[in-house]
Amino acid sequence: MAQMTMVQAINDALRNELKNDPNVLLFGEDVGVNGGVFRVTDGLQKEFGEDKVFDTPLAESGIGGLAIGLSLQGFRPVPEIQFFGFVFEVMDSIAGQMSRMRYRSGGRYNMPITVRSPFGGGVHTPELHSDSLEGLMAQTPGLKVVIPSSPYDAKGLLISSIRDNDPVIFLEHLKLYRAFREEVPEEEYTLPIGKAAVKREGSDLSIITYGAMVHESLKAAEELEKEGHSVEVIDLRTIMPLDVDTIIASVEKTGRAIVVQEAQRQAGIASNVISEIMERAVLSLEAPVLRVAAADTVYAFSQAESVWLPNYKDVIETAKKVLNF
Amino acid sequence: MAGKAQKAAQFDVKEQFEAVENQFQTLQILNEEGEVVNEAEMPELSDEQLQELMKRMVYTRILDQRSISLNRQGRLGFYAPTAGQEASQLASQFALEKEDFILPGYRDVPQLIWHGLPLSQAFLFSRGHFKGNQIPEGVNVISPQIIIGAQIIQAAGVALGMKKRGAKSVAITYTGDGGASQGDFYEGINFAGAFKAPAIFVVQNNRFAISTPVEKQSAAKTIAQKAVAAGIPGIQVDGMDPLAVYKAVSDARERAVNGEGPTLIETLTYRYGPHTMAGDDPTRYRTSDLDNEWERKDPLVRFRKFLEGKKLWNEDMENEVIERAKEDIKNAIKEADAEPKQKVTDLMEIMYEEMPNNLKEQYEIYKEKESK
Ligand SMILES: Cc1ncc(C[n+]2csc(CCOP(=O)(O)OP(=O)(O)O)c2C)c(N)n1
Ligand SMILES: [Mg+2]
Repeated sequence: MAQMTMVQAINDALRNELKNDPNVLLFGEDVGVNGGVFRVTDGLQKEFGEDKVFDTPLAESGIGGLAIGLSLQGFRPVPEIQFFGFVFEVMDSIAGQMSRMRYRSGGRYNMPITVRSPFGGGVHTPELHSDSLEGLMAQTPGLKVVIPSSPYDAKGLLISSIRDNDPVIFLEHLKLYRAFREEVPEEEYTLPIGKAAVKREGSDLSIITYGAMVHESLKAAEELEKEGHSVEVIDLRTIMPLDVDTIIASVEKTGRAIVVQEAQRQAGIASNVISEIMERAVLSLEAPVLRVAAADTVYAFSQAESVWLPNYKDVIETAKKVLNF
Repeated sequence: MAGKAQKAAQFDVKEQFEAVENQFQTLQILNEEGEVVNEAEMPELSDEQLQELMKRMVYTRILDQRSISLNRQGRLGFYAPTAGQEASQLASQFALEKEDFILPGYRDVPQLIWHGLPLSQAFLFSRGHFKGNQIPEGVNVISPQIIIGAQIIQAAGVALGMKKRGAKSVAITYTGDGGASQGDFYEGINFAGAFKAPAIFVVQNNRFAISTPVEKQSAAKTIAQKAVAAGIPGIQVDGMDPLAVYKAVSDARERAVNGEGPTLIETLTYRYGPHTMAGDDPTRYRTSDLDNEWERKDPLVRFRKFLEGKKLWNEDMENEVIERAKEDIKNAIKEADAEPKQKVTDLMEIMYEEMPNNLKEQYEIYKEKESK
């Protein structure tokens, strides 16, 4: 076991898979010599050579198309989009092509691609570097969308994503890259895609969340506990497909739920989660299910982001509405 | 067999590439020593204009130095250093008229400033304040583009608009060697060519896109030659030579306003500093030999020598510009500091012409929060 940041855990997972499977290829902008702008791929080109780990020309649509073509040649591409705000540049490759290839070819071709990309707010980037655009991915049939909230989960989920035979969008929250370290086994392990984690058990309220908001929610749960509320926190880890069983079991136990997301209210995944709860567990509910989300503007210019981003206080406020309903 | 041999004679790849290479020689007017090496191409600039161009380069070098230290003190936000690229940036802008429209990349803040953007707004842009992007009326620019390449095809649109309006002006857009790999770049030069739109596409080839060397961007030897496929003129210039850059852009401008369509200009330049101030470490991907090689080509050094030789420049003039720059920067920072922090409700107000109901509801909630 070693203490790792999320950056290190992801690097470790990538190294593991490059060793494990000769068809794994890592490519993107500045992932080679530079080791990526966040050093996530640090040392990998040196260790595995330029044949396996390489810089591409600067074009996201090119990176996406290349991944598709390499898949048709039996490779297992792990392209990086330098920041997920640039996904619009590669939207056709992702949503118009790789997500549909299995279906289009009647199962003849599959796309074992893992698109890795940092996203998420709180680190004062320029525009289009922090947006939570996972909703666009989650609503695209044919894709799986994984968002880890801790180093341990990041490693296990990334290995599973790379081994998955369908395209996976693997989103790495910028703020979590170096936020904390935790014990991460040096040997390989996998975590199932589509399985949520109960981060904290409780009986009065379920907070369902993912990404950096897991930590805001846990902080809120601690505060609420001091006031006598027993709060369960569920980290979705995969937002497509949703782990409906875990969500429903929790809501049936607590009878109250809120969904916390960093994305704008009109975007993201909270509405999906709430619909599932309404369709499956409405009779267990003691109160309406509420959302904590960002305002419906474009991601805030960096000087305003600390107010714009939901935080644990917002979570507490909304939790109390539901608890006191 | 005979047929095959004949075919090979008709299409000789080597010959084709040699012909391309011969067409795209680098235009240089001032060499590294500040000597005029190409009298025939010398642009018509008055002594005052030459001095003004030098002043702008010195001023901008100081602005770069101050911006870097302000960033380190946490008083500026996003900043992409410009030192080394002054000739490329400022001499190209110097060839424009006020009514020409600039579509910049994130490193092209100096051109905006010399086209009329107040310095305080440049600082607000850096800090991530929307007021930095509220371009004053009459300043024909758009705020720096973050998405690499997006501005290039938009420039074709601005230029086509000018043509449709019968305006005698041009759209000019800037990108880098990396940006020239984006689909938008090819679409932009192709659209502008197809519509014979008055556009100038400047690719500042500073040899690196973050860490990626230009050799990895393309098999093509020059970026300028990409113009051929779009059917438009392309030229490569010494981007450390202000006179060559000025000449190329003013010729392109003249063609454009005369209805002859767009031009692609590749400027060979270098950024001395890191990619941005957000943790880039050039020693990971550049050698100090290369840095030194390019610093010897410095645009300020050679232009200073040239002007001194003509008795148009001296130390006092230089110091005066430096002092003025420092003073302006101090005042502009004060102005930027005086700008109230933007609120979430400010952002809601600039989303649509009229707030839709979801925002109206949220507006009330945030107003309440912000009043506390
Ligand atoms: C669409 C898009 N992809 C990637 C990036 C991240 N990025 C910012 S600058 C840069 C390199 C650009 O290099 P170049 O075009 O040569 O311009 P330079 O920075 O050298 O001036 C990259 C990859 C971005 N901002 N937008
Ligand atoms: Mg460059």
